[in-house]
Amino acid sequence: MKEDMVELLWDGLLQTLYMVAWSSVFALILGALLGITLVVTEKGGVLPVPRLNRVISTAINGVRSIPFIILIVLLLPLARLIVGTSLGPTAAIVSLSIGAAPFLGRIIESALREVEPGKIEAAKSVGAHPLTIITQVIVPEALPALVRGVTIAVISITEFTAVAGAIGAGGLGSLAIRFGYQRFRTDILLGTVLLIILIVQILQWSGDYIARSIDRKRYKSG
Amino acid sequence: MIVVRELNKSYATRDGKVSALQDINLSIKKGEIFGIIGASGAGKSTLIRCLNRLEQPDSGSVEVAGTNITELKGKELRLARRRIGMIFQQFNLLEAKTVYGNVAFPLRVAGFSKQETRERVHDILELVGLSDKLNVYPSQLSGGQKQRVGIARALAVEPDVLLSDEATSALDPQTTYSILELLQDINRKLNLTIVLITHEMDVLRHICVNAAVIEGGRIVENGPVEQLFYRPESETAKQFVNIFNYYKDANGAEKAAILR
Ligand SMILES: Nc1ncnc2c1ncn2[C@@H]1O[C@H](COP(=O)(O)OP(=O)(O)OP(=O)(O)O)[C@@H](O)[C@H]1O
Ligand SMILES: [Mg+2]
Repeated sequence: MKEDMVELLWDGLLQTLYMVAWSSVFALILGALLGITLVVTEKGGVLPVPRLNRVISTAINGVRSIPFIILIVLLLPLARLIVGTSLGPTAAIVSLSIGAAPFLGRIIESALREVEPGKIEAAKSVGAHPLTIITQVIVPEALPALVRGVTIAVISITEFTAVAGAIGAGGLGSLAIRFGYQRFRTDILLGTVLLIILIVQILQWSGDYIARSIDRKRYKSG
Repeated sequence: MIVVRELNKSYATRDGKVSALQDINLSIKKGEIFGIIGASGAGKSTLIRCLNRLEQPDSGSVEVAGTNITELKGKELRLARRRIGMIFQQFNLLEAKTVYGNVAFPLRVAGFSKQETRERVHDILELVGLSDKLNVYPSQLSGGQKQRVGIARALAVEPDVLLSDEATSALDPQTTYSILELLQDINRKLNLTIVLITHEMDVLRHICVNAAVIEGGRIVENGPVEQLFYRPESETAKQFVNIFNYYKDANGAEKAAILR
């Protein structure tokens, strides 16, 4: 154990949190757009555009079938275009956001699909506008499922962030590779693993807590 | 109030087209409680859902309060739907909203002010007897209470017509009875036209004046409920009356108590 360890781990942790936070925000925005569009534009949805639905669905499947590490490499030019560099945490946020968005899209889609069609029909029957149905009925009704799904997705983004570290994104993943793997610093390797476990646990706890408090409010139990 | 002409509806399924409604003609007067009875799969839900265009008919027309519903699109359709309330077998309340929120929803949709919304919600909840449940979530209500919220939601904007698709089928006999009483009460107070789907003769006999019998997507009998009971002509009506009489004899005392 060397005296540089705490500082290295601290910096790595901050970088990782920085990447996870911003990638999650952007991926969530993109994913929500994709997920909501998928649900409302399908045949029989509140704003049916089956053709757009097929295009988006196919695009999502395409992106999701590319292994993540390859996707990052593919997105490097885009990162350079947007933030001026293809190295470091900020560049990684671009790749992570776009890489995780289709995954979030599917997660959000499946959460929204759980809303009983009868509730949507009840809203239609009082003459509600499709946008009102989306914002006042579909999303609020699916909220606990959405929170649970997004928690899973943010945890996946944390894992992706560590992988991105392998190709110069910085953060805990890159520490593990540079020190743990290349310089045989077992202390740093273990430190990064512990910190990542800790992040994942905190995310899971928070997600569960939020979802459970919504459920408790609505159902007074569980 | 409601005039249905030459209505046809089919569903496209994997095995080809399935005809759900054929040549439906129907006329329902303002202020009456009109029953539609038929066996499972006869097309009752499809018919009532064509009345507010939750289902798109293939051909024919549906006129409600002078408006031809079948021709409307977008905003016009939404405005027309506000004149037609609907209640459902599974209640379909929003679990994310309290009783207040559920009843206020159609008022917000229709652009009522906060103040007006509050007044109307209070009035209508009093009418259905749920004033004390304002801030409760639907999950904490009994089936009968949920349906009362459903009725309050459907009536909040004071529509001309109330459509009821088996609204009492998920309820026990006592609760069914109290909901029917409520509908009858509202029908008298507001001169509301009610179209009521059921597969229970009891329900028909209790509150409907006129009724149609639907069989395999066609209306096979249409007229006063009395006539259905004493001189049933269609197979469906005969069967329903037989079943009804059978149960009435089987436990006469109990049923009589419910029907009074
Ligand atoms: N979405 C659909 N797709 C295909 N066929 C359908 C669809 N909805 C209804 N049908 C068919 O149309 C016919 C009429 O159905 P409908 O739901 O109107 O019957 P119902 O009289 O309401 O029956 P129940 O008493 O069981 O509710 C049935 O044969 C049914 O299988
Ligand atoms: Mg039905």
